[in-house]
Amino acid sequence: MSGTPKSNRPLSPHLTIYRLQITSALSILHRMTGVALAVPAALIVWWLLAAGSSPIGFNAANSVLTSWFGKTILTLSLWAFWYHFANGIRHLVWDSGRGFELPTVTRSGIAVVVASFILTALTLFIGTLT
Amino acid sequence: MTRQHKVGSHHWWTQRVSAIVLIPAAMLFVIPFASTFGGTQSEVLVTYANPFHALVALILLVTLFIHLHQGLAEVIADYAHSKLWLTILHTANSAFCWVMGLLSVFAIARIALFP
Repeated sequence: MSGTPKSNRPLSPHLTIYRLQITSALSILHRMTGVALAVPAALIVWWLLAAGSSPIGFNAANSVLTSWFGKTILTLSLWAFWYHFANGIRHLVWDSGRGFELPTVTRSGIAVVVASFILTALTLFIGTLT
Repeated sequence: MTRQHKVGSHHWWTQRVSAIVLIPAAMLFVIPFASTFGGTQSEVLVTYANPFHALVALILLVTLFIHLHQGLAEVIADYAHSKLWLTILHTANSAFCWVMGLLSVFAIARIALFP
């Protein structure tokens, strides 16, 4: 690129002037949730490490994770997880060469978002049972 | 074009294989986790002393950190441009995922094997 003469033509994919569509929004969300899920992954490792350690260690981890702040992080993570899970399956279907028609892409995108909220609610429900 | 073309398709495949492994592993992990989280220490220990739950957690966490390592490497390659930042971020990614992966093996082994 650096070798080409300077011109006023916009550079592709010039994201800032692109209208956000469901396809691109969900694609970016897949990436964001994937990166963000590093946080709860590390928190779960901490929780398991603490469970195997002393009662003081467990109480430290448990009180942080079950605090208002901890529960908010974990609930948001739960949604991020189910979103990444459902959209990951959508990606695997695409990898098999299926579902590329534009109406199908929109429909599967909506299905993924709906599924992510339902699965989050179901998991939270399981959590309250015990 | 040395071995780069093979490395690329290898990454593509491992990302998909780990994704496929994560589907059943995550589903099997979430239910006991959701019902144990918030419980007492002995309740947590009872869950993960169970060989089935321990194995599921082990497979999930190890596969997760392999999958995360590759995903983060892809993001870093897309957004970091200077050689310095690429080196720093790729190293931090590897360190984080390796340490977390090994710690999860240690944590689960301690609960499951040495109650």
